[in-house]
Amino acid sequence: MRFASEYRDAAAARAYAEAIATICRGRWTIMEICGGQTHSIMRYGIDRLLPDAIELVHGPGCPVCVTSAELIDRAIGIASLPDAVLCTFGDMMRVPGSRTDLMSARAAGGDVRMVYSPLDAVREAAANPGREVVFFAVGFETTAPVTAAAVLRAEALGLRNFSLLTAHVLVPPAMEAILRNPGRRIRGFLAPGHVCAVTGFREYESMAADHGVPIVVTGFEPLDILEGIHMCVRQLEEGRAVVENQYVRAVAGDGNPDAIALVRRVFRPVDRAWRGIGPIAGSGLDLKPEYGAFDASLRFDDAVSAEPEPTPCIAGRILTGEAKPGECPAFGTSCTPERPMGAPMVSSEGACSAYFRYGHRHGRSR
Amino acid sequence: MSSMEGFPDSCPVPLSEYPEVVMAHGGGGRLMHRLIDELMLPAFGAPESALRHDGALIAHAGGTLAFTTDSHVVTPLFFPGGDIGSLSVYGTVNDLAVCGAIPEWLSAGFIIEEGLPMETLRAVVRSMARAADTAGVRIVTGDTKVVERGKADGLFINTAGIGLIPEGVCSNPSRIAPGDAVLVSGDIGRHGIAVLAAREGMGLAGTVESDLAPIVGTVRGLLDAGLDIHCMRDLTRGGLAAGLHETASASGLTVRISEDRVPVREDVLGACELLGFDPIHVANEGRFVLYVPGGLAHEALAILRRHPGGGSASILGHVEPGSTATVIMRTLIGADRVVDLPGGEQLPRIC
Repeated sequence: MRFASEYRDAAAARAYAEAIATICRGRWTIMEICGGQTHSIMRYGIDRLLPDAIELVHGPGCPVCVTSAELIDRAIGIASLPDAVLCTFGDMMRVPGSRTDLMSARAAGGDVRMVYSPLDAVREAAANPGREVVFFAVGFETTAPVTAAAVLRAEALGLRNFSLLTAHVLVPPAMEAILRNPGRRIRGFLAPGHVCAVTGFREYESMAADHGVPIVVTGFEPLDILEGIHMCVRQLEEGRAVVENQYVRAVAGDGNPDAIALVRRVFRPVDRAWRGIGPIAGSGLDLKPEYGAFDASLRFDDAVSAEPEPTPCIAGRILTGEAKPGECPAFGTSCTPERPMGAPMVSSEGACSAYFRYGHRHGRSR
Repeated sequence: MSSMEGFPDSCPVPLSEYPEVVMAHGGGGRLMHRLIDELMLPAFGAPESALRHDGALIAHAGGTLAFTTDSHVVTPLFFPGGDIGSLSVYGTVNDLAVCGAIPEWLSAGFIIEEGLPMETLRAVVRSMARAADTAGVRIVTGDTKVVERGKADGLFINTAGIGLIPEGVCSNPSRIAPGDAVLVSGDIGRHGIAVLAAREGMGLAGTVESDLAPIVGTVRGLLDAGLDIHCMRDLTRGGLAAGLHETASASGLTVRISEDRVPVREDVLGACELLGFDPIHVANEGRFVLYVPGGLAHEALAILRRHPGGGSASILGHVEPGSTATVIMRTLIGADRVVDLPGGEQLPRIC
């Protein structure tokens, strides 16, 4: 396919793998932030082309995985109300809250609708004036501008039956938290290309300097990832630690100013709890007070969050790159994609799901 | 700035055991297989070989019969390239054909929602008649039930079918052997994308039409050529991945394929990229995989390509002796990975 197949070429991939092996002297642990990158690595077997000295660990970059059980419980609670319609992205459907998931809520009679864009949810609200339409707004900086646009659209249409249950999260505070974790093994990062297409990468420059880690803004195709790893290893071998941009065809240093302006107009940064990780200061987005009319959490009584049951799941350590899926006693035995214990096994972008789907049944990438 | 020291080790999520049936139980993936394994098979005590194939084989004095059934629920009822009527005929006809049978007779059971426009029902029935004619089968018995408004999504159709298996023909996963070639009868993924695009009103450039078609003619061509067909499996909900996975599992062998041999049209590939789908997991309704001895691969390929829809038929790979039954794919960049059975419904991803 044009604009994709040229980034999946076997000969070019081999050449990159050889170039990486040629410059690699030390042993390096590199984290790819984004779940989309994790999936490319597993789907194409990129890790199997790399020298043994390079270990890839998988970051928290799956917005569905890190959405707290409490927020999912609230979404389920809203979906179960008689006059409510809960709209969500497809991969949120099977992520368990503390007791159940949205798919089960739909089976039990709740009106849960899969949408492809927050704007679809606005259309649902316009078409169903007698119903309360709630969009479960999940995602990183990539999806936040479209959510913001949906709010402005609902405002322009004068809709009073549209609101957001906001679970948006931000990448840099999470990276900062991983970098501050004592005993971290991670020496370099592949930063998420699509997030940076929106935000640019200025914010990452101080992080690279402060913590002495190379950060390479990287795309999602196999050759993008191999080139990103090559750039990262070269910096590590040369003792440099700066931000470099592999994904030049999509990312500019200052990002997309219009998208940034949309987000700033509607949202403000707030503290947010990441599932399996815990609260991270300034890592979430919530509606500004002037858009409070669109805030579902103000509109509906809080759903009661059930007490979670203890499990052997180590999702927190997996989401921060401290452990690989195979180090979890539940991986592939009591925890599988159809009976997931932790979010990384549920979401199609989760690391455990990627390992399971692409046959790393022993849970190690090599 | 954060409380990252001492991350909680456990993710606060309990097991989800699904006390109620969810959509994924019918998705053709792992959840559905569990339902069959853990509920249906023990209850019915049917021979596993029968439920593991697309139809049951019944030996009687005059030869061997193939018997199968399939229920059809599709939204919307009409989609580019077909409708629920033609789907209900071809779905069952194709299940019989991959058993090596010549399909002969069908039953048709209708569950109709009160309020369905008569014109819609008329169009569906006409389409079934045309499809039966095309596939060379007769619809010889049927049943009609009407349920209250809101109790069915417009129209559900169940068909059952009987076919006759010619002397000497045996298409069964147990016959798959090391050295066999594995082929696919045409490009994959069209039906799933066509239905999704029609259902969601997605403004995808161009229109992808379903591959819905009877495969009877193609299978007859293979049988008439006297090819020793080891196994055929029609590709439906779980896509090529499920078809290969099920046959590999049933045979206990390793199937190796190359991603660059998997035929996918550009428009289907583009839609898959957008939605985050892997084309090998997307539904088909007129394609099948075929196992023949390696030496017959090119002859079989030539026959597949001569038939409608088979222009891009392809030799995907081969069968190896294996200690574990599995499907391994050489990816486009030249590394190997395991092809797994999808979990259930394919869910469009967030970004």
